[in-house]
Amino acid sequence: MKRILIAAAGVLALSAGVAKATTLDDVKARGALNCGVTQGLPGFSSPDDKGNWTGIDVDFCRAVAAAIFNDANKVRFTPLSAKDRFTALQSGAIDVLSRNTTWTMSRDTTLGFNFAGVMYYDGQGFMVRKSLNIKSAKELNGASICVQTGTTHELNLGDYFRANNMKYEVIAFSTIDETVKAYDSGRCDVFTSDQSQIYAIKLKLTNAGDHIVLPEVISKEPLGPLVRHGDDQWFDLIKWTYYALLNAEELGVTQKNADQEVNSANPEVKRLLGSDGKFGEGIGLSNDWALRAVKQVGNYGEIFDRNVGPNSPLGIQRGLNKLWTQGGLQYGMPIR
Amino acid sequence: MTDASLRGGEPTRRWSWTDPKLRSLVLQGLLGIFLIGMAWAILANAQANLARQGIASGFGFLDNSAGFGISQTLIPYSESMSYGRAFLVGLLNTLLVAFLGIIIATIIGFLVGVARLSDNVVIKALASAYVEVTRNLPPLFQIMFWYIAVLAALPNPRQSLGFGIQPLLNALGDGAAAIGLAPLGAALKGFAASFGTPGVFLNNRGLVIPRPLFEAGSDVVGLALVAAIVLIFVLARWAKRRRVATGQQFPVFWTSLALLIVLPLIAGAATGFPVAFEKPELKGFNFAGGIRVIPEFVALLLALSIYTAGFIAEIVRAGIVSVSKGQTEAAASLGLKPGLTMRLVVIPQAMRVIIPPLTSQYLNLTKNSTLGVAVGYPDLFAIFAGTTLNQTGQAIEIIAITMAVYLTISILTTIVMNWYNRRVALVER
Repeated sequence: MKRILIAAAGVLALSAGVAKATTLDDVKARGALNCGVTQGLPGFSSPDDKGNWTGIDVDFCRAVAAAIFNDANKVRFTPLSAKDRFTALQSGAIDVLSRNTTWTMSRDTTLGFNFAGVMYYDGQGFMVRKSLNIKSAKELNGASICVQTGTTHELNLGDYFRANNMKYEVIAFSTIDETVKAYDSGRCDVFTSDQSQIYAIKLKLTNAGDHIVLPEVISKEPLGPLVRHGDDQWFDLIKWTYYALLNAEELGVTQKNADQEVNSANPEVKRLLGSDGKFGEGIGLSNDWALRAVKQVGNYGEIFDRNVGPNSPLGIQRGLNKLWTQGGLQYGMPIR
Repeated sequence: MTDASLRGGEPTRRWSWTDPKLRSLVLQGLLGIFLIGMAWAILANAQANLARQGIASGFGFLDNSAGFGISQTLIPYSESMSYGRAFLVGLLNTLLVAFLGIIIATIIGFLVGVARLSDNVVIKALASAYVEVTRNLPPLFQIMFWYIAVLAALPNPRQSLGFGIQPLLNALGDGAAAIGLAPLGAALKGFAASFGTPGVFLNNRGLVIPRPLFEAGSDVVGLALVAAIVLIFVLARWAKRRRVATGQQFPVFWTSLALLIVLPLIAGAATGFPVAFEKPELKGFNFAGGIRVIPEFVALLLALSIYTAGFIAEIVRAGIVSVSKGQTEAAASLGLKPGLTMRLVVIPQAMRVIIPPLTSQYLNLTKNSTLGVAVGYPDLFAIFAGTTLNQTGQAIEIIAITMAVYLTISILTTIVMNWYNRRVALVER
């Protein structure tokens, strides 16, 4: 009988588990943010030689941790394959997925996620061997193509080749390393992925100079962080951390000058850094949340330059990722 | 506690906790209710959570178009077809590699198992080495070995290794010229040239072979093949009856083989060989036409067959050793030759020991085929529990279907093997 009672209590506990605490409470109680990242993609999320995670997606999670805990290091990074990333977020194994993930309608709706913003505007491209003498993606009829499974690239390929009435053979691997290895060993004529990713991977190939990236960009790939449905406060927190990083760049608030800027005469800066208004309370944090994020991680521009921009081995131009004031697409919603 | 029947078979039942039958009934009932409640709680919890997070549920997604390509399709498939179709493609790919793997593993396993018992020291040592190497390396490692170390090292399509009658004739021609028979060499080479390019190519994109195109009249050849098979069955029954009645042997095997070859050949000659071959040709990036066997499939098939064969060899050896030496001696004293002793006396008895663990190995091979995901082989697990799950996000439905499929394949395998086991089992008299 005793055992049955214990088991019955177990059933009760199970059904009681439906009514959950908020994600923010869970994160605070845990003392760390669980952040899903790639298994290693330079510039976006990859561990350095000392095992520290670096990259634009990693820095976003660090900014969130800084906003919550005032400590950018209170993040546990979970490396996920493209195939497994969504299940990890759905099941609650991670709090936020910051893993160069393309914002699509089906992911935003039927998969049960909310995208918080676009850390990087990208597009899908192709890389081939120079020796093939190919100048355009339109010449790829009949090619074997290596792609990572569980990505939008797999679907874009189908669309692009059908639209151009071309045939192709797709070999889909579950991790990016396997995909790259297969391309490098000559199993495929073409490697396809986001262009930013292709540039990062080109550096890792045996003879980087033997490969070229074709000019065509065949899709829109807005890459950004996402959370699961069902906790609007947490969604707001992630979304506004992203906007805060953008607004900081727009207002000239940097990692170095953030502390002085608190006393700035500009009311927009004051609202951003918490010296005016009670905006942090709206997302369950103290009002200087954005100050903490920018001070520890930097504004969007600093994050970009450090990881993928001119100050990084990738050396990618800002392009579409410039602020709207400079002709790009990055636009931070006003804090007021 | 004694059983109620031992207490003198009391007809009246007292509803009391001291009645063990009643007590166990009540406890089992409670356990049943508890398990059902547990299952219900899990289901309700999952459903509530899915609804709360706005995740789609149900099986309607199977009709949505898949949108992704698949590298090996046994049935027609394109990106515009449904997830349900992609599921079928993946299922057939799994069945293909499992079925062929089981056949190859069984053949290698039996040969190596018998070889380990050989009196020839070299054969015995080779067989032992095979077993120790294949059995002790992880299957994933073996798949990667064949894929990366062996198949990826093949030349690219433009430098394919060609196989066919032409290179053979060319080589013969070279040989003839080298030993001073220049006219013969030239004749052979000229003959070779008349064959055109070779039909079979091997490169790092796989093995390309000509595709047979069946023209009008090929159904006659097919009918002849069926007729030959029927005849073989009739022949086998007749031969057995005659042997039982008169004790005379009839060469059933060779006659059957002859029937199987000669009958379709005659039919083919009568209809003017109605089979043409579509030869693969290098076009752009790769070969167009013909049938291509992708390296992912070859790597997975080789690795699974060779790995499982190591275990089967040990099972076969154990089965043969389990047959007592007296059986062999008795057979010999009756004048049976060693080959017949093995076939008629030892193997049938060994089968009783071999079949049950062999079934487990067949199941293992089928399940290990999911490791093909590491080399991009589009099996059920990769296509359905991988790509489709990721695209639709419907983990619960897809995992349930995938579980049901592997369970069904395994149970069907078990049923067939158990049926065979009953047939070979020792009939106790």
